[in-house]
Amino acid sequence: MFSIDILLNAIVTGILLGSVYASLALGLAITFGILHIPNIAHPTLVVAGAFFVYTLAQWGLDPIVAAVIGLVPFYVLGLALYLFYSRVFERRGGANVLQSLTLFFGLSLVVEILLVLSFGSELKSVNVSYIGSSLKFGALTVPYRLLIPALLGPVMIAAVWLYLSRTNSGTAIRAVAHEERALSIAGLDPAAVKRHAFGIATATAVVAGAALIMIGPVEPFGGRFQIGRVFAIVVLAGMGSIPGNLVIAIVIGVAEALVASYLNPSWSPGVAFAILLLGLAFRPQGLFGAAR
Amino acid sequence: MRKNSFLFLAAVGIVLVLGFLLPWMVRNPFYFFVGYVVLQYVTIATGWNILGGYAGYINFGAAGFFGSGVYLSAFLFTTLGLPLPLCILAAAIFGAILGVLTGYLTLRIQGVYFAIATLGLVVVLETIVHNISALGGASGMAVYGPRPPAWSPGPSQYNFTVMLIIAVASVALARFVEISWIGRGLRAVKASEDAAECSGVPTLRLKLLACALSGAVLAAAGAPYPFYTSYVEPVTAFSLIIGLNAIAMPLIGGTKSWSGPVLGALLLASVQQIATVTISSELNILFVGLVLIAFVAFAPGGLADLFGRKPSGGAKP
Amino acid sequence: MKTRRQFHKLAAATAASLVAPAILGNRVFAQDKPIRIGASVSLTGPLASTKNGLIGYELWRDDVNAAGGLLGRKVELVTYDDQSSAANVPAIYSKLVDVDACDVLFSPYGANLSAPVMPFIKQRDLFMVGMFGLAGNDVAKHDKFFHSGPWGPNSGRDWARGFFDLAKAQGVKKIAIINADLEFSKNAAKGGAEVAKEYGMEIVFNQSYPPNTSDFSAMIRNINAGDPDAIFIASYPADSTAIIRGVKEIGISDKVKLFGGAMIGPQYGALLSSLGPELNGLVNSHTFVPEPTMQTPAIKGFFDRYTPIAVKQGVDPLGYYIPPFYYVAGQIAAAAITGSKSVDPKKMAAFLHANAVDTIAGKIAFNEIGDWKERRVLMVQLRGIKGNDLEQFRSPGRQVILDPPSLKTGDLAAPYNKARAS
Repeated sequence: MFSIDILLNAIVTGILLGSVYASLALGLAITFGILHIPNIAHPTLVVAGAFFVYTLAQWGLDPIVAAVIGLVPFYVLGLALYLFYSRVFERRGGANVLQSLTLFFGLSLVVEILLVLSFGSELKSVNVSYIGSSLKFGALTVPYRLLIPALLGPVMIAAVWLYLSRTNSGTAIRAVAHEERALSIAGLDPAAVKRHAFGIATATAVVAGAALIMIGPVEPFGGRFQIGRVFAIVVLAGMGSIPGNLVIAIVIGVAEALVASYLNPSWSPGVAFAILLLGLAFRPQGLFGAAR
Repeated sequence: MRKNSFLFLAAVGIVLVLGFLLPWMVRNPFYFFVGYVVLQYVTIATGWNILGGYAGYINFGAAGFFGSGVYLSAFLFTTLGLPLPLCILAAAIFGAILGVLTGYLTLRIQGVYFAIATLGLVVVLETIVHNISALGGASGMAVYGPRPPAWSPGPSQYNFTVMLIIAVASVALARFVEISWIGRGLRAVKASEDAAECSGVPTLRLKLLACALSGAVLAAAGAPYPFYTSYVEPVTAFSLIIGLNAIAMPLIGGTKSWSGPVLGALLLASVQQIATVTISSELNILFVGLVLIAFVAFAPGGLADLFGRKPSGGAKP
Repeated sequence: MKTRRQFHKLAAATAASLVAPAILGNRVFAQDKPIRIGASVSLTGPLASTKNGLIGYELWRDDVNAAGGLLGRKVELVTYDDQSSAANVPAIYSKLVDVDACDVLFSPYGANLSAPVMPFIKQRDLFMVGMFGLAGNDVAKHDKFFHSGPWGPNSGRDWARGFFDLAKAQGVKKIAIINADLEFSKNAAKGGAEVAKEYGMEIVFNQSYPPNTSDFSAMIRNINAGDPDAIFIASYPADSTAIIRGVKEIGISDKVKLFGGAMIGPQYGALLSSLGPELNGLVNSHTFVPEPTMQTPAIKGFFDRYTPIAVKQGVDPLGYYIPPFYYVAGQIAAAAITGSKSVDPKKMAAFLHANAVDTIAGKIAFNEIGDWKERRVLMVQLRGIKGNDLEQFRSPGRQVILDPPSLKTGDLAAPYNKARAS
């Protein structure tokens, strides 16, 4: 069943899906990759973002506008989460991995149930004029339903990357992971810097949520299916490499699309992990990271 | 130590005798259905704790090991007609191999990677089961269990006794690990991996051993499950609830000693069983979530520490 | 979500169950004690969308009690939440039987959740009404088990035969089959493939996909490459949406005459109103639609009472697919009890095997393993849908019955692309 059309379309679909995965993983790349806080609640926060977008969309707002509005409350939510996290662990002088993983695991359960209690367990979706039509480009057919969310990813990633690499407060975020003391000598409060970074990471969840709900219906437990994939992306990208994040996400997206097209879609959930396990076995420092 | 061990063995003996006698004394089968589930979680929590509690490596994929045990035992029983004890043994061996493989791929680096890899392990295994038609894929597999032997009054009581034996064996194994050189080594790994390595502790080999033992217990916990439900399908066999409880129970009970997970499992599993027949299960999950957060925040040592006799020494993270 | 009122009721039932073992020994003689009906319902978890069935049970119980109960005894409903997980089912049914001393059991929803109960009721020789399990009793062959749903005999294979009958009449030669990797879809697709072979159709594409797939463009392209005349789809709500949208985006050949078959989702209000006109032309299975051949005062009365409750509880306001058959389950149990004048499983089962039962879904006769003697799975075509208003689905002509012939209210509009555009 080989034809150049199908191959071409599979690759394009994979790139689009990959860009969406990249925006899902971006928040984690900051919290886990840079701050080393294993926030496994992030995919659930993305789903919460999707429900936020859904709520505003019910009033007739475009999902993208809704996501932009959501940046502020989600940034504040992130600040609050980090405050709670640091309060819990600072008393004990630093977090151990087991406890922070468990804390965020508990948090994700609470968020999921709060979503169920307030929205019900049924699927929610948004209706926008561009959903259902597609861009035709010779043999290529690109649905707007995928194209527009996919464009959100690179835009947001570029913005975050520029912020981290070109501004002073961005540099402070990258520095805080390496040398907290040096930062405080330079007159900056490391806790405030981390809080700010966590806020940004959580704010990206609402944009990723908008992308998710534009592609298809979302339900409160939907985050669970993404946990593995986003961690695979962040780890393979080499912990905190923001452009690497996008590249790896696209590689995984394309691999999944090719498996779905040529092998069988029922194998595609395992693709991201197969890549992750191989990556960990052969190049533990990640493809874009420096050895630690 | 020797006196304690004697007490422990005596307790094991009493529990086992009770396991054989109770089915003849308590007539209502319902309690054996519930008892089975509680014991299953005692086994899972104990198995998880061998790696998670002693060595500090968190395994999100308990459901992956459990599910492999479920499927291997269901497959061996329905196709080859192997007797239940052999199914359990096979599941344990398979779980051990799986544990070593996962550990070997990820344990050489930081613990977080291991945690993430185990998250993925569940997905990969579930995908594989979905795609093997001999295992029934999504439609599942009906398993009509063996007839209970003469020493047990009925299938639910038989399953209960079998699970009790597995649970007791697991707890004994965990206790052995804890008080032997393995446990000392693992505690050293948990306190400081580099320091342990430098003082000549074979850290990687110890961790792999813990992975194998933990995997074996988790898979063995799943082996009788097909006979309990008479039916297996991937979604429940690899259910998130298993992985969730595997972490929550030791954490609530306390991870330092074998008694923590047992205590946590007895408590949480009983509460959940009662909740299933009383309150809505959303609140059930919310409750688990809040309990997890509360214990991490306020009682990181678990119940064992809250009510414990002596303050724990040294190994605080 | 359970309402507070239900919660109190459950709490009361549980409290009552603690003293219930005392009743256990002498339940046959306890003429003044209520008749207990035990059921497990998926109030939470992936199957939570089926929880509106509980309204059917409750309406039936209220009706029976308002009419003075059964054999002069009140009827009491004992329900637990199985959380959509088969792992919880064995303990729940043991509780219902051994502690709550229920006289009649209703199965959990669907074959996956019911499978763990089958050996149990067979071994204990209990009476149970099955809820929507495909081929639920084909393995156990228990003679005291009766389906409330209209799946009919040999449902593992024949469940969707209506779709293939329509395809055969259209001269379909090549067919594509896709299904979600979940029990119901998988079995529907497997049965469908067998029927297609029996009718001499060539299966040009046959694939399953994992739950939570959101992009079907690759599959639709692969289907198009196979050039089929009909496409049989067994999907769940989220993927049903994604497939219908995908087809709109990618397009399919004008040769495709029938599209649909076993999609779960376009029976529910939420999906009907969210997709609206995009559903036009779809040929899909159903259990009840408000067409003139099916609408009776009895079933209309049921929905008139169902809707306000459903709206209040925030569940599907239409409720065409599942809830009426939960009411039917009650009616089957009631007929067996009053007909045999006992709650003895043997006598109840003997009565149902010998007599047909009148229900709000019509007259039902059972075969020896409790299937409806006649399959009554509907194949309906969605037509003339305008906008996203849910109320339009309450009027006839929107969901035209094509099969079975006895209930037919219209002819297939084909090909799909044309029916879709209309």
